[in-house]
Amino acid sequence: MEHTSTLEKALRGVAITCVILFFMFPIFWIVLMSFQTNETILRVPPSIIFDPTIQNYVALITGRLETSAGSLEINFMSNLWNSLFLSSASVAVGLILGVPAAYAFGRLKFRGSEDIAFTLLSFRFAPPLLVLLPLTIYFQQIGLADTYFGLIWVYQLIVLPLILWIVRGYFEDIPADIENAYRVAGHSWFSTFRKVALPLAMPGIAAAGLLAFIFAWNNFIFALVLASADKQPVTVGALAFVTASGIQYGQVAAGVVLSILPTLALALYAQRYLVEGLSLGAVKG
Amino acid sequence: MTESVLRLENIDKFYGPVGLGVHAVRDVSMEVEEGDIIALLGSSGCGKTSTLRMIAGFEETSRGKIHLAGREVQKLPPVRRHVAMAFEGYSLYPTVNVRDNIAFALKAARLPAAEVAAKVQEVAEMLEITDILDRSPNSLSGGQQQRASLARALIRDADLYLLDEPMGQLEPQLRTLLRGRIKFFIKERGMTAILVTHDQTEANALADKIAVMEEGVLQQYATPAEIKDRPANLFTGTFVGEPPMNVFPVTAAASGGRLSIALADGVVLDYAESDFAAEVRDRILTRGDVMIGVRPYAVHRSETGPTATIQANQWLGDQSHIAASFAGQTVVLVEHHRADVAIGEPISIRVDAHDLHVFDAETGMAISHGPELA
Ligand SMILES: Nc1ncnc2c1ncn2[C@@H]1O[C@H](COP(=O)(O)OP(=O)(O)OP(=O)(O)O)[C@@H](O)[C@H]1O
Ligand SMILES: [Mg+2]
Repeated sequence: MEHTSTLEKALRGVAITCVILFFMFPIFWIVLMSFQTNETILRVPPSIIFDPTIQNYVALITGRLETSAGSLEINFMSNLWNSLFLSSASVAVGLILGVPAAYAFGRLKFRGSEDIAFTLLSFRFAPPLLVLLPLTIYFQQIGLADTYFGLIWVYQLIVLPLILWIVRGYFEDIPADIENAYRVAGHSWFSTFRKVALPLAMPGIAAAGLLAFIFAWNNFIFALVLASADKQPVTVGALAFVTASGIQYGQVAAGVVLSILPTLALALYAQRYLVEGLSLGAVKG
Repeated sequence: MTESVLRLENIDKFYGPVGLGVHAVRDVSMEVEEGDIIALLGSSGCGKTSTLRMIAGFEETSRGKIHLAGREVQKLPPVRRHVAMAFEGYSLYPTVNVRDNIAFALKAARLPAAEVAAKVQEVAEMLEITDILDRSPNSLSGGQQQRASLARALIRDADLYLLDEPMGQLEPQLRTLLRGRIKFFIKERGMTAILVTHDQTEANALADKIAVMEEGVLQQYATPAEIKDRPANLFTGTFVGEPPMNVFPVTAAASGGRLSIALADGVVLDYAESDFAAEVRDRILTRGDVMIGVRPYAVHRSETGPTATIQANQWLGDQSHIAASFAGQTVVLVEHHRADVAIGEPISIRVDAHDLHVFDAETGMAISHGPELA
């Protein structure tokens, strides 16, 4: 790789540009849309020359949507807050439950441990609708429908298997004797878990937490069915822009931009962990 | 009577279900006295590491009891056993430098910083690792990691030190140097240690007693001299000793006050009956078919006796290793001077009665060593 010719460099540059263009274009377009009115968006042919307006953002933030049919209440900001709260709380609960479980599955081979771990993973295979119907009925009976608690519980279906399986791989990669060396030096298994295993698996835990956060954030169907307006996250809240007088493309775009900002910021911040964390074997013996 | 530091009582290790899985350690019993260094010797996969791991508590003891410093510990977790261990795979904490790796346990025990520093310096000097104390374990060579790991074990205060091949990665010169220092370090402090090694010189030089293992079974547990002079069975006889003991299947017969031992190809070694104690003669003659073992330095060239033909003659700088075809196989002689024999040359072989080890051909158990019963 040391002797790359100029031609090779140029070709590689072109290829990378193409890939970036291809993947970034929709996002670029959404960002453009968020600064336009419905009229300029729906122009044929589309153009990237327009008078930018921040009306869409103002509408979202103030919570008042003016349409030709009159003004409309929207609670986008509370949706955003709901997303943030539901995702963070779900990941927090997922980590608290999942990391010790991952350690147990990774380190202690007990009878049926493989089966239990696989069952947990299989939650990810099942179509959400399969569990939603019975879940809705149960939740209504025991009073968990339309509560944050109930939602966070259901979100564990998304985050727990993810955390469990990624982190478990990490714990398995830590040579057992590193922990044994610590244990034989007079430490209980719990302090070994805390002082040796946890720090060594940290990149994996961070990566798993981040991925779980993004998956939870992007979830649509659970929240759609189980939450009413005041508890809905942005993914569901965006439906409000489909109004009687048409789809408010500008506000949808602005909503999308606002809702990807937190995950984008998080991903950029934790990029190093993500790359390190998802390339297994980062923990050297 | 003082309680020994370690007592293993019929311990077994099964990986997998008891009675079904890999039977790595079989019914091992042994006792280690305070202040002794024990060398654990045996071929790869014979169960040495498994034994140490059961003592330390990383592996469950499938059967049997382990007594450590007067307590029955086989059910206790490692934290309660008060042993120190240097691991076969080093297993240093990857996140901290070598100095902190070594000092970890002392710091956790809240020793004053100055005392910790002094102790680390002392062990590091002994093991020649002062120059790598501030490096991270991932940047070290195998031999450096190994010494760091050994230092981490030796610096601790423990009832028993388990050292799993602590010098396997080192070059012979350094190994010889460290061997002496480690022995001094251990003996000076009255520490008790079990040391796994593949190096017989190391075992002989360091150990008060050697435990020879094979296929999970403790074959013999005795002083180095006893293992050399009175091997308990064919395995110990041939496994310990460099070059290995010569072994021949033979048939013994007595007539006219002589005891003749017939090897293959009509080769006969002839002894006076009086060379052996009466019960030895009886045992050998009633068995009829036995195996004899002779150490290479006890096979002599002589004027008379059965002939052998030289196959190879190597001068190692301080001794000659001579291989000769004899009784349908190869016999090895060691002479402590430069032997002047050429390939193809015939020689006569003499083996003295007191150098003969006789083993049961079926069980491999020793019957006699020289004139005496085993
Ligand atoms: N975790 C395990 N699961 C199953 N079998 C094992 C396990 N650990 C060791 N064994 C088996 O037990 C036997 C003894 O292994 P052990 O590691 O004790 O050998 P050793 O004498 O230390 O060998 P070496 O000199 O190569 O280190 C071997 O046959 C090995 O394959
Ligand atoms: Mg081993």
